[in-house]
Amino acid sequence: MANTEILEGLAAIVNEVAGTPVADITPDKAFIDDLDIDSLSMVEVVMACEDKFGVSIPDGEVKNLKTVGDAVSYIEKAQA
Amino acid sequence: MSTSQTRVVVTGLGATTPVGGDVASTWDGLLSGRSGVRLLDPQRYAELPVRFAGQVAVDPLEVLPKPEARKLDRCQQLALIASREAWADAGAPELDPERLGVVVATGIGGIVSLLDNYDILNTRGWTRVSPMSVPQLMPNGSAAWVGLDLGAKAGIHTPVSACASGAEAIGYALEMIRSGRADVVVAGGTEACIHPITVAAFAAMRALSTRNDEPERASRPYDKGRDGFVMGEGAGCLVLESAEHAAARGARVYAEVAGVGMTADGHHIAQPDPEGRGATRAIRLALEAAGAAPSDVIHVNAHATSTPQGDIAEATAIRTVLGSAADGVAVSGTKSMTGHLLGGAGAVESVAAILALYHRVAPVTVNLDDPDDEIGLDVVHGEPRTLREGDAVVLNNSFGFGGHNVALVFRSV
Repeated sequence: MANTEILEGLAAIVNEVAGTPVADITPDKAFIDDLDIDSLSMVEVVMACEDKFGVSIPDGEVKNLKTVGDAVSYIEKAQA
Repeated sequence: MSTSQTRVVVTGLGATTPVGGDVASTWDGLLSGRSGVRLLDPQRYAELPVRFAGQVAVDPLEVLPKPEARKLDRCQQLALIASREAWADAGAPELDPERLGVVVATGIGGIVSLLDNYDILNTRGWTRVSPMSVPQLMPNGSAAWVGLDLGAKAGIHTPVSACASGAEAIGYALEMIRSGRADVVVAGGTEACIHPITVAAFAAMRALSTRNDEPERASRPYDKGRDGFVMGEGAGCLVLESAEHAAARGARVYAEVAGVGMTADGHHIAQPDPEGRGATRAIRLALEAAGAAPSDVIHVNAHATSTPQGDIAEATAIRTVLGSAADGVAVSGTKSMTGHLLGGAGAVESVAAILALYHRVAPVTVNLDDPDDEIGLDVVHGEPRTLREGDAVVLNNSFGFGGHNVALVFRSV
């Protein structure tokens, strides 16, 4: 899946979970500091990503996914 | 300074019920005799002996933003809607958060979220169970969300006493202000537990009406043909405030919360004391606390669930305490229109009782076609009843499985 497609899909998930406008969900944004995501809603984002992109994101990896860009890269690699 | 003599008043009201999505539409419905009881999804309830309930008139998902609503159990959604209405109605008072408390009760809490997540566990495994399921299912969740919404820090509490819960919350809030812990308390009750398993469970107790062919006529307090209560959902909320605090900010005051009486039957886990002795003591204590005489009472919003035994026990209690003064008291059974909101009932019915006092008109009791001779009360039916002017009090009764009895007395200001 292309990088832009993953970003679009992830933005839709964050919008659904936190209500953040899709246009504000850019690769440089941090989930917790910029996007109204807390540790519980991050679990929801991870679950939805696993379902949508057909990847597995172990708990140990989640702490490394600080920004939207981190998540897009992780998903892209995991899909490869 | 706050002491046990502190006067506490009601400055804001909020509600979302099967009759209306806010206080104004609910009150209008209770005066005009509009039932909120409807058939449930026929497929989902096909195998059950009861296939109707009072679902809220306005879906909370139409009111709350989606990202907020998805975090909450339905009972929490209803509590937030009612509390926001009450807070706005009170003029959104500005005060030190450490002087603001919240008491939101529930009888059952977020059981539907728990059940939904149990279905997910069984179909998709534990990794798809929502991280919000614990906050959704915990009974104190509604109070906690309301507290977060308002930034309240004086204390957040959740009385749980089945169908007396909502009234107990108001009693707790009264005591919270009188003991000096808070100047303002948002108090109410909420419930949203209509689900095949809860319907089956109440039906297993033989507690529910089975009038499936006439849902709107199923809740019929005091009628000879009553055959059980009708499950409902909804929330009610009051803003309670010390009279001093309300006066200082020039708040509009609906009524004084003049007294509360709380007792236990000590009789049976689910059946009322047949002579209503626990209820009698609760009503008497509430009137004594209010310094009110039976002749001061102009209206009772009765618990009146439409069960054969419960209605008689309560009527006996009312007659015992009020004596001959009971003859002049307009009694309304608003569950005839809302159904039984369980943990939300005492709060919604307090809203109704306060409005009856404020506007001097008692709502109707519908479906009273053939009054039970054993009741012996002046039940308002057909048309709403104009209440006399002048200094007066109204009474709201709430009782719950477990033998809980709560009576609240509101006085005109």
